[in-house]
Amino acid sequence: MNRQAQAVIMLLFGGAILRASLGDTYLRYVKEGLRPFLIGAGVLLVAAAVMTLWYELRSRRAEEHDDGHGHHHEPRVGWLLLLPVLGLLLVAPPALGSYAAGQAGSVLTAQNADSDYPPLPDGEPVDVGLLDYASRAVFDAGRSLDGRTLRLTGFITPGPGGEPTLARMVLSCCAADGRPIKVGLAGDVPAGVAPDTWVQVTGTWAGKVAKDPVNDAEVPYLQVTGWQEITPPKQQYE
Amino acid sequence: MTATAQPEAPAPPSPKKGRIGSVEVLAGLLVLLVVFRNPLASLISDPRLQTWTTVFVSVLVQAVPFLVFGVVLSAVIAVFVPRSFWAKALPRHPALAVPTAGLAGVVLPGCECGSVPIAGSLIRRGVTPAAALAFLLAAPAINPIVLTATAVAFPRNPEMVVGRGVASLVVAVAMGWLWLRLGKAEWIKLPHRPDLDGMSRAQAFWAAVRHDTMHAGGFLVLGAAAAATINVLVPERWLNALAGNHLLSILALAALAVLLSICSEADAFVAASLSQFSLTSRLVFLVVGPMVDLKLISMQAGVFGRRFAVRFAPATFVAAIVVGAGFGAVLL
Repeated sequence: MNRQAQAVIMLLFGGAILRASLGDTYLRYVKEGLRPFLIGAGVLLVAAAVMTLWYELRSRRAEEHDDGHGHHHEPRVGWLLLLPVLGLLLVAPPALGSYAAGQAGSVLTAQNADSDYPPLPDGEPVDVGLLDYASRAVFDAGRSLDGRTLRLTGFITPGPGGEPTLARMVLSCCAADGRPIKVGLAGDVPAGVAPDTWVQVTGTWAGKVAKDPVNDAEVPYLQVTGWQEITPPKQQYE
Repeated sequence: MTATAQPEAPAPPSPKKGRIGSVEVLAGLLVLLVVFRNPLASLISDPRLQTWTTVFVSVLVQAVPFLVFGVVLSAVIAVFVPRSFWAKALPRHPALAVPTAGLAGVVLPGCECGSVPIAGSLIRRGVTPAAALAFLLAAPAINPIVLTATAVAFPRNPEMVVGRGVASLVVAVAMGWLWLRLGKAEWIKLPHRPDLDGMSRAQAFWAAVRHDTMHAGGFLVLGAAAAATINVLVPERWLNALAGNHLLSILALAALAVLLSICSEADAFVAASLSQFSLTSRLVFLVVGPMVDLKLISMQAGVFGRRFAVRFAPATFVAAIVVGAGFGAVLL
């Protein structure tokens, strides 16, 4: 691969990174905090491409020598960088969903048990994250949840027996380490909801806990009273 | 996926000017991709393939800032830091230079993808390979960001942080010394970088950046693809069968660390969630991961040569398991 082609690939790669990080696409793959570094890296890649092209054109004008084959092993493996360009610009795969959630066990472990659970904010219903709900339900015996109307947002994934379970992926760094947090649904649950459907569920603390067969983590239940399908939020991870 | 792109093979015989260069091949490829965009997109509607693509892209996106940072720093080392600096900064005796270089890794926050080109650049500039390798192993494992992440992931086990830091440093220094005793210079074959002499400094800098980005980046793509494959193909429930047995659980998590190739800033959270495993086996997971994994092996083979990687990676793997398990037995 000659230097012009390398410059074009770097330009495409940097451009793809910039496009993903200036919009919202990057949120499907990494945490929000990485954004400034992604933009910086994208700008540097584009700059390297532009400088390479510039020096190429200049040296060509100056010497007019036969560039071509004589020159030494330019890295051929660099062609592979077209794959992420393809992935980001043409395909832009969606955020992890129910397939990944079914593969891994619920992320709730004693490690993320906090010592105190402050009362939930005011409001009826009050929005609670899945991880927050699950740790309050399991490690605080539901004390701060009792008697409140709660609203949880997540996607549907089939549970061990095929029954709809509410889940959301939790990222610590990038989607490669994404793991699901699962909440069981009891009571008035519509049957036959397709996996990966995003829903907003209102309900109350159910006091019932099951085990995730994948890793024996505890999966608390929510007593469902209301149910609404929604469009997927911008930030799909928790 | 790009099986449609045949036309690159036949390089026309010889006509002088009409040669098909890589720019033309690239242009043809891109046109094909745009034309076949929709069939391609529907091809990956299968959930497995879709998850694969998401994981593949996200490993790369996560690694890009670290890769670019590492490449730029290694170009700075190659172009702006005079050779004499390293002679002064590191102890003259190689056996002392190794722990110094290992400790230098502590201050440099970075991911493993960045430290490979940096270590390559250090060797090029005359740093003894043993010291550069100690740096290569230590930098991603025990920098402040990684240790903080570990502390956050294991709020009830501060000894995990200590164990991880000390065990990783011990492995890095031990591997450096081992290289001094057994390593052979001819195992390391740094790729030919365009001659930087006789260029202006700015030109040399950008030439080094271009070369290393294409090179290390290409191998990063290979590694990311491998990691995504493992991520999709190995369901977690297979692991549970192994969690009960002491020895098996250590070996299983060590192997998992190699296969998953999670960046060192995140692996502590994954380790925390593998709660069915003993703390010792999870410590081994944290020691092995930043030092040996699929994308690192791929990048090391690219930057230092295959003969190096086939010896260095397995030796590091064994050392990391032994030291990690030893510290786990004492501390945890």
